[in-house]
Amino acid sequence: MERVPVLKIGEILLVSIQIDMEDQVALQLQEDLAERIVATGVRGVIIDISALDIVDSFVGRTLATIASVSRVLDAETVVVGMRPAVAITLVELGLSLPGIRTALNVDLGIAMLARQDEDIDLLGYEDDTDQVAETTP
Amino acid sequence: MPLSPDEASRFAVLLESNAESLAARWSELAGAGLRGRLSGAELLRQTRDLRTAFQQALAAGAADVNDEAAAELRAQLSELSSNRARQGFSATETAISVFALKEATLQVLGDADDAATLRDYVAFSAFVDRAALFTFDSYVRVREALISDQAEQLLELSTPVVKLWEGVVAVPLVGTLDSARAQVVMERLLQTLVDTGSPYAIIDITGVPAVDTQVAQHILKTVVAARLMGADCIISGIRPQIAQTIVALGIEFGDIATKASLADALRYVLGKTGKRPVR
Repeated sequence: MERVPVLKIGEILLVSIQIDMEDQVALQLQEDLAERIVATGVRGVIIDISALDIVDSFVGRTLATIASVSRVLDAETVVVGMRPAVAITLVELGLSLPGIRTALNVDLGIAMLARQDEDIDLLGYEDDTDQVAETTP
Repeated sequence: MPLSPDEASRFAVLLESNAESLAARWSELAGAGLRGRLSGAELLRQTRDLRTAFQQALAAGAADVNDEAAAELRAQLSELSSNRARQGFSATETAISVFALKEATLQVLGDADDAATLRDYVAFSAFVDRAALFTFDSYVRVREALISDQAEQLLELSTPVVKLWEGVVAVPLVGTLDSARAQVVMERLLQTLVDTGSPYAIIDITGVPAVDTQVAQHILKTVVAARLMGADCIISGIRPQIAQTIVALGIEFGDIATKASLADALRYVLGKTGKRPVR
């Protein structure tokens, strides 16, 4: 069976799903992630679904479960890179994936994790709100 | 009843021998209904061309407008109707341009009152009727094409997504939102969010004349889809009457931020990102 790789980068686990999410794959990922969070003690998980054409209700529910499980283990989950077509389909199906935090891309996902976890320096990311250029009229 | 071969050839000869007087009378009759919107010379040129086409079709033995022999005539008729449709003439005015041939022919026939001539004329008249029906059909086709083109252009031009600030895009909605437009707006907005990586989008509905439950539903869907992708949407440009309608209809925007003006929305977003605009 195919497996989704889980990469540790700094204080973050990065999961980039590049294969079709069959039910077994999703369940395996859920188990793998829980084990890796405990083993590494990270504070954030980023799941990149930008390669996914289809997100069905099962995958949606699995993502929600992953988010809940990692929250119990003190790690925040951000799902990033959802395609417009996927988002539209989910809305049409009436699935709004409650409890899942999302960001447009991996970059913004890391920034989001960094913002809420200011005491821990993820990837050497600084909170960028201080150094933003002065906005002039 | 279809035109018999010798009837067709008789009328071909008639159209040929009275070419000038026929064309003159025809354009006069056709011009009466157009109230001077087409110049006399232009109309005369058109009727001359049409007369030639009719004459050639009849000489080739066309029994009906849909015959092989009348292909050139059909081309002329559809060109005429498409021109008229584009110039904004009505269907009646276009059809009269063809029907006038009957009256012009009757005058050329003079006071021949034998039964044979009458029978010929009735058959010829039926031929012209079918030609006029064909004209009418192509007129309608051109009109429909015009309408669908315009609808498409409207769809194109009315849904721009503009970048307001670093990380902030806006969609100024103008005009009524139906399902097709809402779909286009949604797709374009979401795609722009991905392309620019903007975490904030402002939907400005200043230009939307009325908000009913359906329009609200479309907007809400867009907001939820954007949220799923990790972007936040703010709705701005809500006019007083629209706010009244929204409340009266019991539409719930839930935790979606709504602002009265685009400026307020931008200030709100900049505040959230920690950038402080200077007044």
